[in-house]
Amino acid sequence: MRYLASIGTLLGLSVFMACAQENVPPIQTPSTAAYTLEKVVDDSGILWGMTFISQTEILATEKGGTLYYCSAGTKQAISNVPEVYVRGQGGLLDVATDPDFDTNSIIYLTLSSKGRGSEPGGNTALYKARLVDNSRLEDVELLYQASPNSKKGQHWGSRIVFDPQGHLYFGIGDRGNRDVNPQDISRDGGKIYRLNRDGSIPQDNPFVGQNGAKEAVFSYGHRNPQGMATHPTTGEIWVHEHGPRGGDEINRVQKGKNYGWPVITYGINYSGTPITTQTKKEGMEQPFYYWVPSIAPSGFAISDSDKYPNWRGDYFVGSLKFEYLEHLTIENQQVVAREKIAPDIGRVRNVQQGPDGYLYLSVEGKGIFKIVSKS
Amino acid sequence: MKKLFVFFLGLSLVACQEQPSPELQASINRGQEVYQNFCIQCHLAEGQGVPNAFPPLAPSDFLETQTAAVIAGLKYGMQGEIVVNGQTYNGNMPAQGLEDDEIADVVNYIRNSWGNQNRQMILASDVAQTSKPNP
Repeated sequence: MRYLASIGTLLGLSVFMACAQENVPPIQTPSTAAYTLEKVVDDSGILWGMTFISQTEILATEKGGTLYYCSAGTKQAISNVPEVYVRGQGGLLDVATDPDFDTNSIIYLTLSSKGRGSEPGGNTALYKARLVDNSRLEDVELLYQASPNSKKGQHWGSRIVFDPQGHLYFGIGDRGNRDVNPQDISRDGGKIYRLNRDGSIPQDNPFVGQNGAKEAVFSYGHRNPQGMATHPTTGEIWVHEHGPRGGDEINRVQKGKNYGWPVITYGINYSGTPITTQTKKEGMEQPFYYWVPSIAPSGFAISDSDKYPNWRGDYFVGSLKFEYLEHLTIENQQVVAREKIAPDIGRVRNVQQGPDGYLYLSVEGKGIFKIVSKS
Repeated sequence: MKKLFVFFLGLSLVACQEQPSPELQASINRGQEVYQNFCIQCHLAEGQGVPNAFPPLAPSDFLETQTAAVIAGLKYGMQGEIVVNGQTYNGNMPAQGLEDDEIADVVNYIRNSWGNQNRQMILASDVAQTSKPNP
């Protein structure tokens, strides 16, 4: 009996220890919502990426390979989209407009691609194209094709953003090859990339001229970034990335820095076995914030809108796993509170601030919703 | 003591089960890799799934009785309500872009893991013959 009791104590202790590692502050669910949700695009698939081309018109990617033009509650497929290799987490991923879209109609896409060789599998590619009549793409140009191909289904990334100087940033995940890709700057995968808008490599990229390096790399040691945002006041690039079991991270992306995957992580394998005993190491960046357990983050917006004055400067992250939009209150460069917006709405794949200042979220199997504050 | 007895009885029953054929075992082994690559994120390491979100694979009456629907779901994706062990799930499992032999392997793996035992081998040709279900 005493034996049983001590097992019970041990069990209790291990449960306590497991809980003690959960990230703070704890997530709150407000008892009354200060907003309503208004559906603006209906879709039963996975609207992975979205971008606004006017106050009311949206371009949205469906993971299976369709790019939609959405306006006034209707959507139509845009033709001449590059061929997509739909595999596991891969497919048609992000879409972004050029900073000068109003005059040049240029858009960018990231997608899973077989590439041009005969090697089986695929890797993440970045394309540039011109949108014509809101119905077709012309001047389609491949700007970056990661290599080598892999038949793995995981970790393609990817989001596209621009800094205030007009450089293009996009991410690629470790492609399910964590021990080989993320820490090696001569290989693709597990990286944030920085390019000029014509696909050329900025000469002030951190690894330009370094023997064997992929010169498009801006930072490395990432696992699978599916959220990226340009900070509206500082112009910095922020990213969040999926951890394994636990250890999703938010990182401020800095030139040439190593974010540690898989040498350091706050997560463990899906099987429960450890990946590493280290959470910190010299020469590797600590996350700005991390989640244990994982929320499976996708989509990232930083609000600077007067539509929700209390939310200005705060971070918004979709949770695929727990099916809500997470609002992280930021004060003095720290997460001081977390709350659920739209609890149980479904797998939140993306969140963006529209040109009207409202936040829009994309929910798998449902479509795109606008968050309208009640007051 | 009684519990111990039941435990060993169970253990001996498992030990007496017919072993998979070498072909099936090879398919199960390949299927394990497919599972860890494409399925584990949602259905988790022991096929336990996530309550209200991702249905379990072990135990699962759906997997036992509706093999054709499982294969079609893997091949074409699965949407809408299904009932697993009396619980209703209304999710969206996108097609993973798996090839027919990979689908056969992963079905053989999940049907023979975590206490599931179904020694009837699914072949790539079975998957090839599976057509898209009517919406």
